[in-house]
Amino acid sequence: MNDGKKKLLIEILTPIFAVALALLVSDILILLYKESPLKVYKILLEGTIFNPYGIGQVIFKTTPLILVGLSVAFAFRTGLFNIGAEGQLYLGAFAAALTGAYLPAGTPFIITVILCILSGFLAGFIAGFIPGILKAKLGSHEVINTIMLNFIIMALVNYLVVTYFKVPETLHTKDIIENAKLTRLYEYFPVFKGSASNISFFLSLLACLAVYIVLWKTKFGYELRAVGFNPSAAETAGVNVKKLITLSMAISGGLAGIVGINFVLGYKYYFEEGFSSGLGFMGIAVALLGKNHPGGVIAAALLFGILSQGGLVINSVVPKELVDILQAVVIIFVVAASSEVRRLLFKSAK
Amino acid sequence: MWEFLTNVFSIVFLAQLIRISIPYILAAMGGVFSERSGVTNIALEGIMLNGAFAAILGTYFTGSPLFGLFSAVICGMLTALVHAIISIRFKADQIISGVAINLLSVGLTKFFLKIFFDSSSNSARVEGIKIFKIIPGNLQIIETINQIIGNPFIIFTAIIVVLSHYVIFKTVFGLRLRAVGEHPEAADTLGVKVNRIRYVCVLLSGCFAGLGGAWLALDQHQFTDGMSNGRGFIAIAAVIFGKWSPVGAAAACLLFGCAEAIQITLQSVGSGIPSQFIQMLPYVLTIIALAGFIGKSTSPSAIGKPYECE
Amino acid sequence: MTESYVIEFKNILKRFGKVVANKNVNLSIKKGEVHAIVGENGAGKSTLMKTLYGLYQPDEGEIFINGEKIENHSPNNAIKHRIGMVHQHFMLAKPLTVSENVILGMENASGIRLNLKEADSRIKKLSDEFNLSIDPRKKIEDLSVGENQRVEIIKVLYRGAEILILDEPTAVLTPQEVKEFFKVIKSLVAQGKTVIIITHKLDEVMEISDRITVMRQGETVGSLASKNTTPQEIAKMMVGREVLLRVEKNDAVKGEEVISVRNLSVRKNKETLALDSVSFQICAGEILGIAGVEGNGQTELIESIMNLNSDKIASGEIKFLNADITSVSTFERLERGISHIPEDRHKRGLVLEYSISDNLILGQQHLFSSNGFLKQNAINRHSDERISSFDIRPADKKVASKGLSGGNQQKVIIAREFNRDFKLLIAAQPTRGVDIGAIEFIHKQILKARDNNKACLLISAELSEILSLSDRIAVLYKGKIVKILDSKKTSEDELGMLMTGAEK
Repeated sequence: MNDGKKKLLIEILTPIFAVALALLVSDILILLYKESPLKVYKILLEGTIFNPYGIGQVIFKTTPLILVGLSVAFAFRTGLFNIGAEGQLYLGAFAAALTGAYLPAGTPFIITVILCILSGFLAGFIAGFIPGILKAKLGSHEVINTIMLNFIIMALVNYLVVTYFKVPETLHTKDIIENAKLTRLYEYFPVFKGSASNISFFLSLLACLAVYIVLWKTKFGYELRAVGFNPSAAETAGVNVKKLITLSMAISGGLAGIVGINFVLGYKYYFEEGFSSGLGFMGIAVALLGKNHPGGVIAAALLFGILSQGGLVINSVVPKELVDILQAVVIIFVVAASSEVRRLLFKSAK
Repeated sequence: MWEFLTNVFSIVFLAQLIRISIPYILAAMGGVFSERSGVTNIALEGIMLNGAFAAILGTYFTGSPLFGLFSAVICGMLTALVHAIISIRFKADQIISGVAINLLSVGLTKFFLKIFFDSSSNSARVEGIKIFKIIPGNLQIIETINQIIGNPFIIFTAIIVVLSHYVIFKTVFGLRLRAVGEHPEAADTLGVKVNRIRYVCVLLSGCFAGLGGAWLALDQHQFTDGMSNGRGFIAIAAVIFGKWSPVGAAAACLLFGCAEAIQITLQSVGSGIPSQFIQMLPYVLTIIALAGFIGKSTSPSAIGKPYECE
Repeated sequence: MTESYVIEFKNILKRFGKVVANKNVNLSIKKGEVHAIVGENGAGKSTLMKTLYGLYQPDEGEIFINGEKIENHSPNNAIKHRIGMVHQHFMLAKPLTVSENVILGMENASGIRLNLKEADSRIKKLSDEFNLSIDPRKKIEDLSVGENQRVEIIKVLYRGAEILILDEPTAVLTPQEVKEFFKVIKSLVAQGKTVIIITHKLDEVMEISDRITVMRQGETVGSLASKNTTPQEIAKMMVGREVLLRVEKNDAVKGEEVISVRNLSVRKNKETLALDSVSFQICAGEILGIAGVEGNGQTELIESIMNLNSDKIASGEIKFLNADITSVSTFERLERGISHIPEDRHKRGLVLEYSISDNLILGQQHLFSSNGFLKQNAINRHSDERISSFDIRPADKKVASKGLSGGNQQKVIIAREFNRDFKLLIAAQPTRGVDIGAIEFIHKQILKARDNNKACLLISAELSEILSLSDRIAVLYKGKIVKILDSKKTSEDELGMLMTGAEK
């Protein structure tokens, strides 16, 4: 048991060290830009977690990161690497936007929102189902297939937007109906005034809770994790491995499919070409940093949310791309360190 | 229809095709070396981007595109070195490492674009690669032919493809790298330095993909934000489609390039096929190839797995 | 004294962390002999072998090669002293040709270009010299298992090896191939090579070796000349006590037919069959043992009964309790009353990352959940009960199964499978890699199942286990059942003959 505690401690310490090391790298870049790192960090913190508007914006940025991280983490638990969240969330957002735009204007709020979320989930589900079934039936590797599907889906959606659904002279679809627009958080907490954060934040937390319960409290989750650890043993025990692989990938896609709710239903009120820009890849980082656990995912998404909001705040002093670099460096250090830690643990156990 | 055919079967079209395919081919050669040795390299995308930026930066400060190429190679190899260290030394997940490097490259190039060119979208214009006039004359068609055969870069790329094929299948180093990608333990027990070979191969991939990026940038005479634009992934698709052989991968690149060139030609003519569908083609073909519908596409067996020596 | 030995180990000690893998190891190999190192699984044979080849550095002790004391032994050093090793798992890259695999690492090229022609002719020559009949231009993936092994031997001969270490060389061979293989060894020795064989198969040891060194619990117990000893004596040295050859058991009370397999054929690859029209049936209250050298179709047989290889089944019918289950899912088969102790507990038996309690419900999770949710209290109660009645140690249900000893891991599986209301028990290699105490426990459990009117299918590589537990014995050879015998009316000799394909 003591071993378990030690392991947990190391698991928690790894990301912290990684972040510290990444800060060191960003220090160097800031100094290159002839600015003071301390000043930059001070501005970053003041503009994010030390003022209400900043907090609101951090929540806004964190919401999609939680969902996309959750999506990647869910697949990971079944031993699948979903690198296709980028495409799945694109398709999901598009579907949600269309549903929101073309429902009769009088549809009640709750029904509209649920239908939008469902259509997003379903679109992502289908996008995840394809690589899932290809893996289950033909054994073709999901990583390559999801990368390829990312490009296919984006080209397809862009074609549909440009050809059939765009508002003339723009690259976005028409506005969703009034009843599909999600309530902004400032309506409950006026301190967030001006920030785009909305109630889809609670949707993302709810999704985390649901994933936690499914994975650890249900028979389905028990089987999913068994497949993730040892598919042969699961098969021997009578688990339908192929079905679970397909389903897991599809659910992961479905989770990615509701990532765009925050943007479409809560912020811009339409789908816009290229709105996600790399969010799917950030999801991998969030899942990795969050150790594929819903709780960890929330924490990691929050960190990345602070950073991406922070980028906008510090832009007046140093280029906002600094935080992109910082995020990437964090991932690099985490992935390098975690495998090193795993090996050290393994060695000492031997 | 006739107009379409004359457009496609023209020397201009050929020049277009080659121009589009060169960066794919270069990056794909890098992909072949890396993957054959057992290291998945989706960082090709980021390496190309960094290479493109370095090429412009080098050319901008020295005025010599040759030095630009040199910078691209160095920068590409440095980026690849990061991937190599993470995946070989730290034995970390190669896909995640690739994703991180791609994100890092986007951030870094933007950051330095601001620093050096004070812009968030593009660099200053620089001189491109010098085209030699092999055939004298001023006709449009001769001009175009010269652009192909007079471009040292194109000739160089062709040589790289042939040379890569030779190296992988006919030399001692090639045998070792294939063995390392298939059965690292076997290679290790016979005294082959598994990780050293993997380092060399990943660095080679950085060198080639960096050159691919350099072509992109020098061809445009400037760097624009995110200009690799998925080309690294197309290169990976080509590697798979070409069954991990240099000539096969190069042929796949030409096929993908051809599709793109047709798309551009069609656009200028104004045909009915939406450009997005042609964009999808390489990716759809790759999925079909992986599913085993076009012959069998089997990857090196040790691919993506770090080697743990005893 | 030392000069007459090519290799000498003196008091070697090797630790991994706290675990002592080898201690008091003394070994002397004479030039030109076939020297067998025998011992049970886990007796420290492979550690010793890896030390021989320089893959491990001993913590204490001395190594002499050709009378010269060796410090810092390494594979390079081994190669320098003309020691070559053939690993149990072939170290061959499948898409490459024989020549490419053989010359790898010492391509001997003039310049950078591969000189495959020269390599081909050298390999051809070696192949002819030692009767290996290998075509250097073929790809490994197109060769049979026996040929793969001969390629491995060529690999070490090509490197000029005088001393060959062979790790469990016959484990994957068919009896026919074993015979061929022994001929190869004889021709090696005839040419003055020294051969060290690591194995646990006593009959083979007696046939091929000149001298035998026995290992037990990490130590060398002694060395004997083969012609002056008997398998019984060696077995006693290996186990450390008289081997119990027959387990106490009552006569079988046969009931109704539980399972019948008719003309079952399973494909191995495009051309060959792994199982060739196999038929048998088992009744309630009896144990049918499957005897045979590993790799003669045992795995495929189990997979077919459990529906784990549906894409490979060529033809045949499986009836369970008078119902055709040929196209029934694995889950449904388990539900109808088949319990399965898989032959490879790490691959198929356990989810090693799961806790004991999670593993105790694997395959029965639907019985421990309602409305899709796991019933944690029921699971806990169940685990505590199973842990105490099957004496699983440590008695902590939260411990990850990874950390358990082989015997306790096996007990977890048995505790789980015996929890089903089963009519048929498939026990594959139930005591592999398990300590003596656990072996007796497991044997008792299997007999208890039989006495409780269950049908049992026992698959084991240990002939003595098959003989002592089974009521009837089916001998499997090259995918065919050669004969089904009454266990009381047969002997180890007769079975051994049948297992090697010799009809009577």
